Amino acid sequence: MVWSWIPQNWTSIWQYTLDNLLLGLLPPIIGLIVSVPVGIACVLWGWLYPPVLSLSSAIYALPSLALFVVLIDYTGLGNLTVIIPLTLFSLCILIPAVVDGLRSVPESVRQAATAMGFTPVRRLVQVELPLAVPVIIAGLRIAVVSSISLASVGQLIGVPSLGYFLIDGFQRDFPTEIYLGIALIIALALICDVILVSVRRLLTPWLRGRQVSAGPIRVLPITAGRM
Amino acid sequence: MGFLNFAWDWLKSPAQWHGPDGIPVRVLQHLGYTALSVLIAAAIALPVGLLIGHYGRGGFTAVNIANIWRAIPTLGLLILLVVLIGFSAFTWLIPLVALGIPPILVNTYEGVSGVDPDLKDAARGMGMTQWQVLWKVELPLAVPLILLGLQVTAIFVVATATIAAYIGLGGLGRYIIDGLASNNYGEVAGGAAVIVVLALAVQVLFVGLRRLVVPAGLRQQARASK
Repeated sequence: MVWSWIPQNWTSIWQYTLDNLLLGLLPPIIGLIVSVPVGIACVLWGWLYPPVLSLSSAIYALPSLALFVVLIDYTGLGNLTVIIPLTLFSLCILIPAVVDGLRSVPESVRQAATAMGFTPVRRLVQVELPLAVPVIIAGLRIAVVSSISLASVGQLIGVPSLGYFLIDGFQRDFPTEIYLGIALIIALALICDVILVSVRRLLTPWLRGRQVSAGPIRVLPITAGRM
Repeated sequence: MGFLNFAWDWLKSPAQWHGPDGIPVRVLQHLGYTALSVLIAAAIALPVGLLIGHYGRGGFTAVNIANIWRAIPTLGLLILLVVLIGFSAFTWLIPLVALGIPPILVNTYEGVSGVDPDLKDAARGMGMTQWQVLWKVELPLAVPLILLGLQVTAIFVVATATIAAYIGLGGLGRYIIDGLASNNYGEVAGGAAVIVVLALAVQVLFVGLRRLVVPAGLRQQARASK
């Protein structure tokens, strides 16, 4: 470990960290925006869900590196080439999370809301979606952590991320860079994870003081860490 | 020209189908790495998951470790090992097995600990020993989740073995890494196409496996609840 290397390269460390953060956060955010309406549609029209689920498990099985190089021909060597596959993976995690979250709302709650005069749309926005938040955020945590860690693979095709330090350290046989790269990727992922947990606490005050367990995991991508 | 054209041009050349760098050999290598890693990971994770699920202790720790595990960049781990100990079978086998353990472990634990306590009581009431409860009640009921864990591990290992070509492993990732290095996009595209087919085939294999090993009673129940 050559500690002095770190302050000397502060600017590039900061830059690659920001690059990695962008590649790690944008896909789950786009994924969330898309998966909420898609998830609602899957709950409304039950027949839609099995094909969507099969498609997402199929996409989820594809190695990231293979997807990156497939896209090179269409989107070149820019950020998009990494963002598109990571967005697809995020969708594979988030759509089932939204569906599971909405389905976890007890029937009694739904009936109570209806009896209180909630229209279906208001009930969805003010009752069902807030109650689904813990499950949706559980999915979001997986999507964010795996996107941040996967973004480094994009460096193999030259898309900048913290993976730069892994590859550069390998080519120069300089372990300090590799340690730094791994440590920063894990740190970035854990910081974002902690932030998401706090967001969940803020959004679900009624769960405070109760032990929230992730519960048994029934949907394939939810359990998955991946590469 | 498009990805598919590149891939097709490369795939239809007879040169790709023979010799030590040919597609059949690379596919077998890739499947070999995957099978070996999944088997070793399962041999470690299944018994541990069954035990902590049965006794209900240590589950929280296991689930938390699995969360941290997702944050570990496998490319970094592979590169670090090759720089520290050089390239050998262990350089790729250790990360593939170590990172393949959590999905099997967590799902086995979740599957066993999620079994209805009434069922366990009933089994004990019928005079079953601890061992019989685990073997004849908890394990069969946990099979669907355990299979899912194995499937996730297999997906993960197929993908990581692809990346491991960067540090010198054989298998299908070679085409992508070598093609990128020599600016031969045809080879990259062809390799990616074969990997996609292999990854999907592994998925299909698990769907078939589920039909074979999930107890008939559970399958009927799943159908009824749909």
